[in-house]
Amino acid sequence: MKAFTVHTGLAMPLDRANVDTDFIIPKQFLKSIKRSGFGINLFDEHRYLDKGEPDSDNSQRPLNKDFVLNQPRYTGASVLLARENFGCGSSREHAPWALDDYGFRVVIAPSFADIFFNNCFKNGILPIVLDKEVVDALFKEVNAAEGYTLIVDLPAQSITRPDGSVIHFEVDAFRKHCLLNGLDDIGLTLEDADAIKAFESQWREKSPWYFTAA
Amino acid sequence: MSGKTLYDKLWESHLVKQRDDGTALIYIDRQLIHEVTSPQAFEGLRLTSRKPWRADANLATPDHNIPTTKAERSRGLDGIVDPVSRIQVRTLADNCREFGITELDMDDIRQGIVHVVGPEQGATLPGMTIVCGDSHTSTHGALGALAHGIGTSEVEHVMATQCLIQKKMRNMLIRVDGKLNPGVTAKDIVLAIIGEIGTAGGTGYTIEFGGEAVRSLSMEGRMTICNMAIEAGARAGLIAVDQTTIDYIKGRPMAPQGELFTRAAEFWKTLVSDADAHFDRVVVLDAADIIPQVTWGTSPEMVAPVTGVVPDPDQEKDPSRADNIRQALKYMGLKPGTAIKDIQLDVVFIGSCTNSRIEDLRAAAAVVKGRKVASTIELAMVVPGSGLVKQQAEAEGLDKIFTDAGLEWREPGCSMCLAMNADQLPAGKHCASTSNRNFEGRQGFGGRTHLVSPAMAAAAAIHGHFVDVRDILLEPARA
Repeated sequence: MKAFTVHTGLAMPLDRANVDTDFIIPKQFLKSIKRSGFGINLFDEHRYLDKGEPDSDNSQRPLNKDFVLNQPRYTGASVLLARENFGCGSSREHAPWALDDYGFRVVIAPSFADIFFNNCFKNGILPIVLDKEVVDALFKEVNAAEGYTLIVDLPAQSITRPDGSVIHFEVDAFRKHCLLNGLDDIGLTLEDADAIKAFESQWREKSPWYFTAA
Repeated sequence: MSGKTLYDKLWESHLVKQRDDGTALIYIDRQLIHEVTSPQAFEGLRLTSRKPWRADANLATPDHNIPTTKAERSRGLDGIVDPVSRIQVRTLADNCREFGITELDMDDIRQGIVHVVGPEQGATLPGMTIVCGDSHTSTHGALGALAHGIGTSEVEHVMATQCLIQKKMRNMLIRVDGKLNPGVTAKDIVLAIIGEIGTAGGTGYTIEFGGEAVRSLSMEGRMTICNMAIEAGARAGLIAVDQTTIDYIKGRPMAPQGELFTRAAEFWKTLVSDADAHFDRVVVLDAADIIPQVTWGTSPEMVAPVTGVVPDPDQEKDPSRADNIRQALKYMGLKPGTAIKDIQLDVVFIGSCTNSRIEDLRAAAAVVKGRKVASTIELAMVVPGSGLVKQQAEAEGLDKIFTDAGLEWREPGCSMCLAMNADQLPAGKHCASTSNRNFEGRQGFGGRTHLVSPAMAAAAAIHGHFVDVRDILLEPARA
């Protein structure tokens, strides 16, 4: 996994509550057996006016000019500003893959759905929860000022606004550690292989009915 | 000190290691695998030369992507018309073979939707921890198992380590007291709950469902409720083990047999919350207040009783909620104040991991028996949850009841619940669906979903619009 330390990026507002994983990446693109290439279909049903298919030539598809992602002022955005319950719905990791592949490194919202929130950390994306009032203020500012750029500093757990003011955010210590160092969870867990084996053997002894083969 | 909740017990019995930072390693007893969220996980194992920690803890079956028509299914893998889908289903088979994992492949009578197959095969047992790369894994909590939906990175993690890195959730109890009225089902209970607490109401919690109305449900009904815990924001739902649970498991092929079963059952009976257990939040509903539910919007919390009307955003005081209602009504093509019963339908879908088990099909068949699908309905389809559900339904003659009434009888799979295969709801069309999500585009680009129970969907098929199924059930039975 790629490491995340300090990221400076243009913010893009997505002013809509309960953005679900179908909104982030529609199901027809989940047929891929790869992890990459989803960025072109991020927010597909809102970004384009027609229905996309895995084999569509996206350069020929009609764009929805009203959709925020297509507005020139947000070209190159990498910090997504979102509303409540962002990422609700399916467990598809294709959602953070699509955000990452497009170029988003940070998502800021008042709340996230659990599975999506967790999936972000596995893919080098930093989801940040801020109070609703703070998010409201950021929405106002980003709408008001073109080129609104934020500096997201994970070691310091801070977001610096264009005017230099700083917002503090919370992040779980273990997730922060993994993200800062780009750590592979599996390798880390396997350092505890002996503990897993010990657990497994007592559990097998105590509850042999869970160890009949599927 | 207060007692323990069922969730506390399941968590503690699977705790491998508590880390100082609040996360924990939790041992996983069973992983269910399907074709959509597993290929990148298997690829990850290959790239790092890792092997499954315990191959026999995994069970796979293709469901999301496979066709449901006889024409396509009768020719096996090669018969899948969509080449991208075919590759994904084939990749699952290849990966399972390579890594020594049991797969109930698309030609196996036991194939079906993972969340129907797990309990049906006895691969889901009380007291287990279960994961699957699918958010509706919460379904298995109906058997007193701690079951989470996970992402693909975690699928790979569980394959390689038999553990999941987790933080303990908080405990919520949702109690549905009293008795349900006739014609009101598990689906109506869970939709009413989501209407009450909202789609983020359960975020950060494990929800235990209890109370007389839940306790009196069959296992199928309990699975419907836990299935939709995720639609209330909770990764896991739970229902305490009782005799209904134990009777359901007895004799299932992958469940323990004989003396081992007796010993297991003794243990399973302890899988209930202690009387003095502490819950961080308790929500109480009265079953008598619940009437058949219909969603009108683009989130499962946008739900009303069938006797109700589509809400008016101008009456909503919270401006952001008012905006949500406006966006939803625009997408759904509905006007404020429209009676739910006046919503005209084009398509009816009976199926999905929420409502495709034998009891669901029986409930739908009881409504359509001797009647005909309304002429305005363009497509009404019944998709059983597994090959064995299909076989059972056919043995009971349910297929004949459906086809005589004008509904299509399909092969098992996820089908139009998420429309990854050819079963897609056309743009602008309204569908009465027994599935679990009414998000924009969920059942097909531009499609308009209304979530209901199987009996309500069946009644809607007959009338071409929503009706209160309780009225139909009061009519004299037809031959």
